[in-house]
This record gives sequence, structure tokens and C-alpha cells, in this order.
Amino acid sequence: MTTLSKTEMQHLIAKRVAAELKGPCVVNLGIGIPTLVAEYMEAADIYMHTENGLLGVTDVEEADIDPNLVNAGKLPVGEAIGASYFNSSDSFAMIRGGHVDVAILGALQVDQTGVIANWAVPGKNIMGVGGAMDLLVGAKKVFVTMSHTSKDGSSKLLKTCTYPITSTRNVDMIFTELAVFEVVDKQLRLVELMPGVTIEEVRAKTEADFVH
Amino acid sequence: MSKVTSDIQAALACVESGDIVLVGGFGLIGAPLSLIEGLTEKDVTDLTIVSNNLGESGKGLGILLNQNKIKKGIGSYFTSNRDVGDKYQKGEIELELLPQGTLAESLRAGGAGLGGYYTTTGAGTDLAKGKEEREIDGVTYIFEKAIRADVALIRAHKADTLGNLVYYKTARNFNPLMATAAKKVIVEVDEIVEPGELNPEEIVTPFLYVDTIIKAQQVLTKEGVMNR
Repeated sequence: MTTLSKTEMQHLIAKRVAAELKGPCVVNLGIGIPTLVAEYMEAADIYMHTENGLLGVTDVEEADIDPNLVNAGKLPVGEAIGASYFNSSDSFAMIRGGHVDVAILGALQVDQTGVIANWAVPGKNIMGVGGAMDLLVGAKKVFVTMSHTSKDGSSKLLKTCTYPITSTRNVDMIFTELAVFEVVDKQLRLVELMPGVTIEEVRAKTEADFVH
Repeated sequence: MSKVTSDIQAALACVESGDIVLVGGFGLIGAPLSLIEGLTEKDVTDLTIVSNNLGESGKGLGILLNQNKIKKGIGSYFTSNRDVGDKYQKGEIELELLPQGTLAESLRAGGAGLGGYYTTTGAGTDLAKGKEEREIDGVTYIFEKAIRADVALIRAHKADTLGNLVYYKTARNFNPLMATAAKKVIVEVDEIVEPGELNPEEIVTPFLYVDTIIKAQQVLTKEGVMNR
């Protein structure tokens, strides 16, 4: 059994996803664990896109923070060399038109075909969707990052999503603190166990069917 | 007649109760904060506000929300203002949630004279309920209607006195789209210059879209919203 703090777990997942990215490519990072992925990206030819209108996102020193320069999570960012600004419709044309290589998103649930739910919880007011539905239909590849189980210990990889789905599209890869899955022909395939994790632990904590 | 005024209420004279009002910005970034404040001081009600968010709690459009001047909100991410959920729960506001790309594209379509368009975004989800589905080349699309409004309140960086606009970093966001999609377009800017001073290659919003220009009295700083 692994015992990691929430922060350690998030960084472990972020670091693993970053290793999957090969330049040259354009990547859009969602809010939460995906944002941390930027800390572990090493290749100079990985460019970050943010849907509020910037291609070429980089980190920023405290002294250089500009309140009018933020990412989709409204966090301060910097402007990389070669960056460009554009309006929201151009930004989503890049996403919907298939020009963004990889979207890295968080999820509440993933089903065993790789369909995800990440924007609404039944019984609560539906207050926000942001760019999640656009990224799912448009990005060439979608990587999902999430904790393997919810707070009550139940699996977030399910036979069927019980929350409203974000798209009918099947994502490409799923990264949790326990394992990495690829989605091939609408089927989850476990391709890697995270350090110190056993297949028995993954089986015990996964409701979805997967091949190994 | 000059498009430039220094009187916020004169700039907002065309806004009437029941209007559909586009408000630029991604949260407070690129939001026309002075015009929003002007609206909080104006006697209008039953507004339909089209904006990505409804401000933050007690800031920007959040003030207008708390004054019960908003009948309906159309946006993509109301989560950033917890008061919106409370009002919705009490039945004090209608909400229409759109994917962010749909919000942007519907404004673009409205500004370009289109009735709407088909998109794959949202197809097969709860947000597609009640929307026409159409299969094109084997792919399922849904129909989204264009958005057109009575008034747009937008934020740019610089204007010339004709109304040509340039923007600043990620404060651009929805502003250039909204400039095209309303009968009356009111812009607040950091700086007003003479025609010829802006490089024609860099102008993002050509002057024909813009009706009224006012210098921003409130600006977003690292320390928050400040009076100039």
C-alpha cells in the first residue's frame, strides 16, 4: 500500500504525465493537477496554450506579475518567447479545429471506455463548464489526471459514469497515483504501475474492467 | 459627433431595463470595471448579462448581481462567484450555461450576421438537451444559435478617437467579439490617442464597431481593483 499526502500524490501524477509529452507539441493544461505538469516539462519545444487567449505560456517571477496576464485558472503567468495573444473565439477555433496536440484535464469519473465526467455533480447546481467540452472534442489527444479513488475510497474508474459526461469522446490516457492506462479500442489497458504499487492494489481499487 | 465622453452615465444612456448586455472579461481580467460600476448606479433592472462569469463575489458584475438587476446570466463559468449559486437556488436568477468555446463562437456568429452554426462541442451531453442534432459526414453536431445584444460594454487598452482599438495581453479575451455583436458598443480604455497614432497593422477592433469611448476610472492592479 502506498501512503502519500495529497500534494505528493498530485506531484507524482504531474511528473509522470510530463514524461509522456514529446516536443514539438502544443499542450493545453486544465485546472488542478494539470497545472502542476508545467513544473516538470523539460523540452523547450513544448508550447503551452491557455484558452483565455495565449499561446506560449510560461511561469513568472513574483516581481514580474501582471494582473492582466493570467492562465485559464486566473493564475499569473508569463509570456514565452514566440508567444501570441488572440481573442476567445480564435482560441477555441484552435481547440475545436484540432490544432492543439494534447489537452491535460482533471476528471471526477472515467468509465471503462475512456468517457469522462468532469463538469457537474448530480444534485448540485450546475454552475460551470468552462472549456472542458471544447477540449474533449477538439484536442488531438486527451490525457486525464486524477486521484484513483474519491475521498470515501470508492473507485473513480467505473463501469459507467454516474455523473453527467463531458463528451462522448474516449480519452487517450489516464494517469493516477496507482497506474497509467491507455485507452485502446474503447478499452482500458493498464500500461504501467506507479512505483511501489501492486496489480492487486489496482484491481482492488478499480471498478472498471481493464486489460493488463 | 465625437465618440469620446468623460461622463459614465452619458456613456450608459442607451442601456434600458430588459436589455441584453454583453460584458467583456474573463473574471475581472479585461472586464470594463468603470462601466460596470456605472451600471450599478443606474436605475435599470431585468438585464440579461452575457459574460463568461458573473464577476466575483461583490466585485465587478458581482455587485450588479447583488443588486438584483440581473434577470438572466448567459456564460460558461459561474462557479467563480459563489453568490450566483445562492441566487439561483432561491430562484432569483435564470442561468444559461454554455461551453466557453460556444459562448465565444456564438458571439462571433452574431457579429458576423449568422443565425447560428453546428458544433461537436457538447453533443451527447446534458448541455445538448433541446438542441437540434445533425449528422455531417458521419459526425454528430448540435446547432447553437448566434448571440446578438442591445449593448456591449467592453475593455480595451487604447482607442483612437475614431474608435479603433488595441488590447492588452490576456485582457483581450471576449472583448473584440462582443464589440461586433451589439447594437451599441461602449468601450473603456487606459489611453485615448489621435487617429494615426495606432499602427494599422496592430488594430484589433476597427472603428466601425465602436459607438462610445471613455477613459477607465477603475483599473485592475496586483493589489486588486483600484481607482485611477
